[in-house]
Amino acid sequence: MNKKTYRKYFPLFVLPTLISFTIAFIIPFIMGIYLSFCQFNTVKDAKWVGFTNYIKIFSSEDATFLTTLLRTTKFTIIGVIIINVGAFLLAYFLTKKVPGTNIFRTIFFMPNLIGGIVLGYIWKEIMDTFCQKYFHHVFGYGGANYGFWGLIIVMSWQLMGYMMIIYIAGIQNIPEDVMEAARIDGATSFQILRKITLPLVMPSITICLFLSISNMFKLYDQNYALNGFSSKTNLVAMDIFDTFYNHQVNPYSEGMGQAKAVIFFILVALITFVQLSVTRKKEVEQ
Amino acid sequence: MSEEIKKEEGYIDRSQIQTKEPGNSSMASAKLKSQISGWITFIVMTVLSLAWLTPIFLIVMNSFKKKLAIREGKGMAFDLLTKETFTGWSNYTEGAAKVGMLSAIKNSAIITVVAVLVLVLLTSMTAWYITRNKTKVTKVIYYLFVFSMVVPFQMVMYTMSNLANELHMASVPGLIVLYVGFGAGMCVFMFSGFVKAIPYDVEEAAMIDGCNPIQTFFKVVLPMLKPTCITIAILETMWIWNDYLLPKLILPTEVKTIPIAIDACTGSYGVKNLGWLMAMLVIAIVPIIIFYLSCQKYIIKGVAAGAVKG
Repeated sequence: MNKKTYRKYFPLFVLPTLISFTIAFIIPFIMGIYLSFCQFNTVKDAKWVGFTNYIKIFSSEDATFLTTLLRTTKFTIIGVIIINVGAFLLAYFLTKKVPGTNIFRTIFFMPNLIGGIVLGYIWKEIMDTFCQKYFHHVFGYGGANYGFWGLIIVMSWQLMGYMMIIYIAGIQNIPEDVMEAARIDGATSFQILRKITLPLVMPSITICLFLSISNMFKLYDQNYALNGFSSKTNLVAMDIFDTFYNHQVNPYSEGMGQAKAVIFFILVALITFVQLSVTRKKEVEQ
Repeated sequence: MSEEIKKEEGYIDRSQIQTKEPGNSSMASAKLKSQISGWITFIVMTVLSLAWLTPIFLIVMNSFKKKLAIREGKGMAFDLLTKETFTGWSNYTEGAAKVGMLSAIKNSAIITVVAVLVLVLLTSMTAWYITRNKTKVTKVIYYLFVFSMVVPFQMVMYTMSNLANELHMASVPGLIVLYVGFGAGMCVFMFSGFVKAIPYDVEEAAMIDGCNPIQTFFKVVLPMLKPTCITIAILETMWIWNDYLLPKLILPTEVKTIPIAIDACTGSYGVKNLGWLMAMLVIAIVPIIIFYLSCQKYIIKGVAAGAVKG
């Protein structure tokens, strides 16, 4: 079919998607970049102020951004390690001949279907009572540490099952004859794990690492439901929201919120580009 | 001669026994070993999965307790349900009436079903069109879609809700349009990947037989994309059903979805009753569990496929 007949069908096939995409993404994105250089309370009275917002969010005047960035990084690193080690172990043992392995997989994956808000409130009540009863002398009540580690527990409970599914798919992709050959040659199961399983599931490991990194780094719902707004426990996504809607005292707060959002976007984009280049390299090697 | 043969036979017999016996016992012990380790794994996994289910169990149990029995901070949430603390369904009925849970379920269901159907239909059409008709314009559109996947929601949160207000989209239909627009990036990207894998000959044959693009798409392409449609529908359902921020920012306060209604149980509307909260949490979980158990196979497949693609 030639290009002209195709063009006739453009309004039907592409336009509806494109219009909603423009409203939901293209215009807000461009406006967002522009507004990060403005002082405003409503979009209409925006006044160009150059880099003022960016300077303000990194100056001592607003200390929350750098602290939350640091906290989010720490949270992401610790969480990603726990989640992926746990998920890999679950997948490793559940791909062996264990009775009832399907039921176990179903149970471990289940928390992923429950949304962040519901999940957060489920755990909030449990942890409040649990810590009050047994650990009040360790964490105190409502302290920053308590919020931080509580969130790590919640996210591990949720994401381990998700990553487990991807690791299981990876382990099941390993050809059986490779395993068989190693076993006949007398390899112990630890040697098989280290020399065969781990190298061959490297693609799954990369996928899971980046999936969990971006999930943890962009976390909002669970953080909100579990901890509420607090400068002691906010992660970056919540700090941005907080700056936009809750700090109405500062006349620059909306602009600063938008500037934080732009920095946040750049960081997320950087993570994605690193991911893409890593996976590309792997594909070439194979 | 016969003695020699016998000797040989005997020798052979003995050697067979000698080589067989250690083999036999080592195989048997290996089998026993793997059986034992299998059972140990089974026991560990049983304990772990019970631990995994404990939060859900506690919520269900506490949703039947009287108000005084689950006061905050007394560690009472772990006390087992007794005759004295049992209150029947009252937490469910009272809580649902107070936060408007039934209309929240209705709103969530309408938004999710309509948005997912529209999203799958529109983005599959778009993906097919821009994959099969490569011009400068469609290439730019494609890269814009891919680019949008990198952008976190916070980047467009403020400006998007502002624009939606300006365009009078602060309603359920408006929200659905926003979901289509914001979800389009990932859907178009995934659909295009699968369209590329469809052999072009079939479509060409259909067009030579006189099908126009509409007929070709709906009669030839869409049926072949069915597994992809299911995968994408499941991923988008999980996102939209559970989404909190976008509806919170867009919808007027009296229109709630399930996550917003749950949030309302905890004090933002002056309602703070832990019994109600527990009951509402159970109501929020039940549809998801039913959905999960009834299409578990597709969900797990979709997650694995979505991870590889996205």
